[in-house]
Amino acid sequence: MTAAALQVQGLCFSYPDGTAALRGVDLRIGPGEAVALVGANGAGKSTLLQQFIGLLLPSAGQVWVGDLAVTQATLAAVRRRVGYVFQDADDQLFMPTVQEDVAFGPNNLKLPEAEVQQRVEAALGQVGALHLAQRPPWRLSGGEKRAVAIAGVLAMQPEVLLLDEPSAGLDPGARRRLIGLLGSCPQTRVVATHDLDLVLDACSRVLVLHQGRLAADGRPDAVFADAALLAKCQLEAPLQWSGRHGI
Amino acid sequence: MARADQALDRMLALDALAARPGDAGYRNPMAHLLVTLAFIVAVISFDRYTVAALMPLALFPMALAAQARVPAALLVRTVGLALPFAVMVGLFNPLLDRNPMLQLAGLQLSGGWVSLASIVLRVALTVSATLVLVAGTGLPALCSALARLGVPQVLTVQLLLLYRYLFVLAGEAARMDTARRLRAGWQPRLALSTYASLLGQLLLRSVERAQRLHQAMRVRGYTGQWPTAPRRWQLADTVFVLGWLAFFGLARAVSLPLAVGQALVGLSP
Amino acid sequence: MHMADALLSPATGLVMWAAAGTALAVASRVVKARADDALVPLMGMLGAFVFAAQMINFSIPGTGSSGHLGGGLLLAMLMGPHAALVVISSVLTVQALFFADGGLLALGANIFNIGVLPCLVAYPLVYRPLAGVAPSRRRLTLAAGLAAMLALQLGAMGVVLQTVMSGISGLSLEGFAWLMLPIHAAIGVVEGAATVAIVLFVQRHRPELLHGAAPEGVAPRLRPALLAAGLATLALGGVGSWFASADPDGLEWSVQRAGVNAVAATTPAGLHDTLAAVQKRTALLPDYGLPDDAVSTSPAGDAPSTPAQASQPQAWPAVNAGTSLAGVVGGVTTLGLVLAVGLLLRRRRQPASARP
Repeated sequence: MTAAALQVQGLCFSYPDGTAALRGVDLRIGPGEAVALVGANGAGKSTLLQQFIGLLLPSAGQVWVGDLAVTQATLAAVRRRVGYVFQDADDQLFMPTVQEDVAFGPNNLKLPEAEVQQRVEAALGQVGALHLAQRPPWRLSGGEKRAVAIAGVLAMQPEVLLLDEPSAGLDPGARRRLIGLLGSCPQTRVVATHDLDLVLDACSRVLVLHQGRLAADGRPDAVFADAALLAKCQLEAPLQWSGRHGI
Repeated sequence: MARADQALDRMLALDALAARPGDAGYRNPMAHLLVTLAFIVAVISFDRYTVAALMPLALFPMALAAQARVPAALLVRTVGLALPFAVMVGLFNPLLDRNPMLQLAGLQLSGGWVSLASIVLRVALTVSATLVLVAGTGLPALCSALARLGVPQVLTVQLLLLYRYLFVLAGEAARMDTARRLRAGWQPRLALSTYASLLGQLLLRSVERAQRLHQAMRVRGYTGQWPTAPRRWQLADTVFVLGWLAFFGLARAVSLPLAVGQALVGLSP
Repeated sequence: MHMADALLSPATGLVMWAAAGTALAVASRVVKARADDALVPLMGMLGAFVFAAQMINFSIPGTGSSGHLGGGLLLAMLMGPHAALVVISSVLTVQALFFADGGLLALGANIFNIGVLPCLVAYPLVYRPLAGVAPSRRRLTLAAGLAAMLALQLGAMGVVLQTVMSGISGLSLEGFAWLMLPIHAAIGVVEGAATVAIVLFVQRHRPELLHGAAPEGVAPRLRPALLAAGLATLALGGVGSWFASADPDGLEWSVQRAGVNAVAATTPAGLHDTLAAVQKRTALLPDYGLPDDAVSTSPAGDAPSTPAQASQPQAWPAVNAGTSLAGVVGGVTTLGLVLAVGLLLRRRRQPASARP
């Protein structure tokens, strides 16, 4: 059996003010899988996502990235294997130009200059943003910012890609390019999203979170066909399906 | 509100100028900074009654502005921003200093007027040189230059981040004010209590944004060392610096306009 | 309020840069020693916040005008004095470069007037002792209001001194001071109001963001700031009083001089001699000369300048042991009074103080 890319056992997490965000989650994600995390606001999607990169550490239970347990001591190593794309690209693009921002990660990996350069170009090319290399972030459109943010993470060549609401605020063209990009990445991908149509087009597995627990785990077309489940979790079927299933 | 819009537009315009590829874009930012500082020192080192001798120095900001394609209108407007305070202070000169100093076509000018003119000229020169520096080189490049000069990272990195996020926060502040005005009859009058709430929330959101920014830096391996792009110092840069310094020295030592004037009028120096 | 390159002489500009540069170097070291890598992003962001906040004006009731936040004091209350100094210096740098608010050479003076004085003098010497550890709304308002007033007055005085020492403007010390200080008293009230308004909001919703000193920590942190403030006061009091005319009514005096006929209008010569006199004196302390030694200005009420008097270096400034001593004593007394008030208030609060 292949080692899991990501694994979680008995994960519980409460915020300092007492809010219990995760109440016992167990799951296993294999290498190369494209997994979606869906649920109502406050269900625990972002919280769970942040556990995988150690931005939050469990109150109880354990998280593994490959064979590495995520603890205070292993954070640096974990972050070399896992990349995180923030919900607000502005939070992430803090260097003066696109080029420098995408190079930020590889530079921190202490790679030689030539390789940094090569990785930057490859990552920008992959997201279709090579022409933006000298642009400062505040003169990018929403879609361009999102693309550059992803490039900045790709340049670190992680094994796992975590994306928090990647399609939020994107116009249809940018969104379609994002879906294409997600489909072409070889890495293990975990996407927290409200965009159920993106899930259908880009993910092979969906985890439904409801009040801090896993309410469902399966193929998207199976999960989204369960009307009772969707109602309970305050979700609706993907827009692509309206008219077809009469939902 | 107009103030917020104008200020933001100005920042964006200057930033756009700096980002354009042009001759000044290839200028070494450290060289540009050093020469600009030398220029300012040269200008203000003149005696308070100097007017004519200052004029040749205008060559520096004009030449670099032309190279960086900085619009003349922008230069004039920026000088206009700086004039009020200096002139307000300078206006006391003619009042307090009545020594006759110049005789021009039958008109007697007191020392006070001459020194006021000198102040106006100084403002124009120093402000244009500073503007050309930031429009030609850009703040991020200047920060890198400063870091290479040994300025602590605490200073340069947070200046860089300030610059990066001021567009974001200024835009947010402007939008908040617009939203407020839409529900307040478009009145610019803002009571202190509303002001406290508006800016207080912006402040709290900024603190949270800073925390996310910090997280974003950490997850990409940031441990306190900021990357600095190396820039080679070339022969062209040395020529640039030495050439301008020589010119400033000459203009300081010899009143060029006087020499020219005397030559024209037929008096040999 | 910002000092301009055009009014500055190279000597004054470089001296102020030396002062500001030293303060910044110390401040960076203190910030770095805090070893908190979340601090630099916070500093950058709050600097951007101050910049954005300065674009929003609030109305001053009763007048038709409006005011806005300066930010030095607010930043100190959020991040401590040293980080605040670094941040406000960056804001001033951006203003100098993009808005022609002051110039590159004047930046040193501006960092000193608008950064060092509020953050390293007004905040630790006035705000912190008066506010204590977990101030009530009223105490915070009082402490911040007073600190803002002092900060603005000190800053304005800084501009006045720097302008006069540069000698490009013809204004006298008194004349300029009479112009600047009242205006900046009003600005101080505005700054205090804006700062207090925002800080009270923060205190209500996220009090943990306010930079508080642990009860035991106040005294040690106060000492270096005290020392710096003490030296600044001595310098200001001692040197500043050299320029003081015997005539207390500065504006009247300036106007009188302006009315004196052209031959006797010795302002340029007087200032030139002033600069020469200052350059001669490397030692700041006045010589405790005997009263008949001190060639002071004429008694109050007379126009002090005649050509003969003006040509003597000692005619102006009045290097009068009495004046300088008074200035120093006055400065130290004021400092002592403020500290005494602060300590008294602290001691009275201690039985009732809650944990921060």
